[in-house]
Amino acid sequence: MADMRIIAHVAINVFKESVRDKVLYNLVAFAVILMGAAYLIGQLTAGQDVKIIKDLGLAAIGTFGLLIAVFIGIGLVWKEVERRSIYSLLSKPLGRREFILGKYAGLALTLLVNVVVMTAALYLVLGYMDAQFTEEQKSVWAAPALDAGMLRAVALIVVELLLVTAIALFFSTFSSPFLSAALTFGLWVIGHFNADLRNFENIVESPVAAGLARALYYLLPNFAAFDIKSQVVYALPIAPGYLAVTVAYGLAYIALLLTGSVLVFTRRDFK
Amino acid sequence: MTRSDPRGAWMSGALVVALMAAIVSLQHTQGRLEAATPDTAENLLYVRSPAAMSRMALSYDAVLADLYWIRAVQHYGGTRLSTDPNKQYDLLYPLLDLTTSLDPRFNVAYYFGSTFLAEAPPDGPGRPDLAIVLLEKGLRVQPDKWEFAQWIGFVHYWWRHDYAQAAEWFQRAGDLPGAPFWLAQLAATTLAEGGNRQSSRLLWQEVARTGVNEAFRNEAVRRLQQLDAMDQIDQLFQIVGAFQQRYGAVPRSWDDLGRAGYLRSLPVDPTGVPYRLEAGSVALGEGSRLSPLPREPQRLIQ
Repeated sequence: MADMRIIAHVAINVFKESVRDKVLYNLVAFAVILMGAAYLIGQLTAGQDVKIIKDLGLAAIGTFGLLIAVFIGIGLVWKEVERRSIYSLLSKPLGRREFILGKYAGLALTLLVNVVVMTAALYLVLGYMDAQFTEEQKSVWAAPALDAGMLRAVALIVVELLLVTAIALFFSTFSSPFLSAALTFGLWVIGHFNADLRNFENIVESPVAAGLARALYYLLPNFAAFDIKSQVVYALPIAPGYLAVTVAYGLAYIALLLTGSVLVFTRRDFK
Repeated sequence: MTRSDPRGAWMSGALVVALMAAIVSLQHTQGRLEAATPDTAENLLYVRSPAAMSRMALSYDAVLADLYWIRAVQHYGGTRLSTDPNKQYDLLYPLLDLTTSLDPRFNVAYYFGSTFLAEAPPDGPGRPDLAIVLLEKGLRVQPDKWEFAQWIGFVHYWWRHDYAQAAEWFQRAGDLPGAPFWLAQLAATTLAEGGNRQSSRLLWQEVARTGVNEAFRNEAVRRLQQLDAMDQIDQLFQIVGAFQQRYGAVPRSWDDLGRAGYLRSLPVDPTGVPYRLEAGSVALGEGSRLSPLPREPQRLIQ
C-alpha cells in the first residue's frame, strides 16, 4: 500500500513549487485578462454578449489548464532527473510509487486551484453582464448568465485536464520533455477525432483497417466526450448518467496511466 | 550596472520610456501607411469549407463560431457604412455558413444573417435566395423552430414578393408546435391580400411585438414608419395634384402649399425629417433614416 502521508507531502511540495513558478501566475493572469477581453468582444456582436463570454470563458479555462497540465506535467519527473535531485529524494524513505503519485496529486491540486480561480473570474464577468441587461432582454437568452449548469462543463474540463496530466506524467517517466509534450498534444488532438475512428468501418472496405480503427477507438482517450460546453451554454438536456459515466471513464483512464507510470518508473535505472 | 546603482536604474527607465514612445510613433506611422495601401486581406477567407473547419476546430467550435459571427457582423456593417460605390458583400454568406456549421444552434446568426443577406443593395447583397438557404439549414437542425419557418415566409413576402410561397411558409410555421395563433391568420391574409400595405403592416407589427431581440424590434418599428411615410407621401401627392389643378402649375415649395391653405405646417416624416418637394414630386428628406423606401409590393390578387 502506498503511504498517503508521503504522497500528500510530495503533492504539497509540488503545489508550492508551482506557486513559486512565475509562469503559473502568468497563465492565470492571462486567463483573467481574457475574461475581460471577452467583455470587449461581446460589445462587437449583435446581442450575443453573454453567449460569447460563456464560450470564451469555458474555452479559456480549458486552454490555460491544458497548457499548465502539459508544460508542467512533462517536467515533473524529468526535472528531478535532470537536476540529479532524484538520487537524494529516493535515498529518503520515499518509494518510487509515492513519488509518482505525489507528483501527480500536486499538479492536480495546482490545476484545481487554477480552474476554481478562472471559474470564479468567469462568473464575476457574467454577473457584471447580467446586471447590464433588462429582464425583457434576458428573456430571450437560452440560459441565465449565472447558470449553475455551466459547472457541469467545468467539472468535465477538470477531469479532462487530470487525464492530460496523467498522460504527460506517463510520457515524462521515460521520455524527454520535448517528446513528452509532442506525444501528449498528439494524443489530445487525436482524442478529439474518436468519433471518426468509430465510424471508420462505414467508409473502408478492409475489415483489418476497420478492426484496427475500432481497436484504436477503444484504446485512445476520447477527449471529445469531455466537451459539453455547447450543451451547457444552450442549456440543452444532457442524457442522464452521462456525467457520471464520463467522469468514471476519465478516472479509469487516469488510474491506468498512473499504474503505467509507476510501473515504468519503478523499473527505471538512474545509474 | 549593479542592482543598487540608481543612475543605471534611471537610465534603464528612460530607455524603456524612449523605446515605448518610438513604438507608439512607429505604430502610428505604420497605421497611416497601411490605410494608404490597397487592402487585399480583408476579403480573404482562408477556409471556406464548413466541414473542414468543424474538423480543425477540435473543442473550440463554439469560440470559432463566435469569431466568424463577429467577422460577419463587421463585414456587413463595414461594407454597408463604406463610401465605396461598388459595395461587395461577397464574404457574408460564407462567413454565416461557417458560423452556423460550427455552432448549429447559433439562432441569432440565422435571424440576422438572413436579414443581412436579403437586404437589397446598397444596404445588402440582395440575396434573399441565400437568406432562405441559411434559414432552411437552421430548420433542418431545429425542425420545430417555427420562428425560422416564419422568417422564411417573411423573406418570400418582403424581399421576393412571392406571396404564395410566403403564405405557404406562414402556414407551415403556424402548424409547428408552440407557434402563435396569428400565423394561420397571417397565412390567409397573405394569400388573399399579399402585397398591400395593410398586410405588410400586420406582418411588421407582429415582428415589432414578438421580435427575437431589441434590434429586430427596432428594425420592425423602422419598417412600420416607412409604411406610414409611404401613406403620407401618397396624401402629399394628392395635395400637390389638387394645387396643380387649381393653379395650373406645380408648387415650387411647401410654402406655396401653405399659402394656398393646403398645408398648416411643414410636412415631416415619422422620424421628424421634412419631406422634399421637387418639380411636383414628393420624396423623403436628405438624411432620413427611413431612406430608401421599400419597393411598393404588387398585389397577388387584383
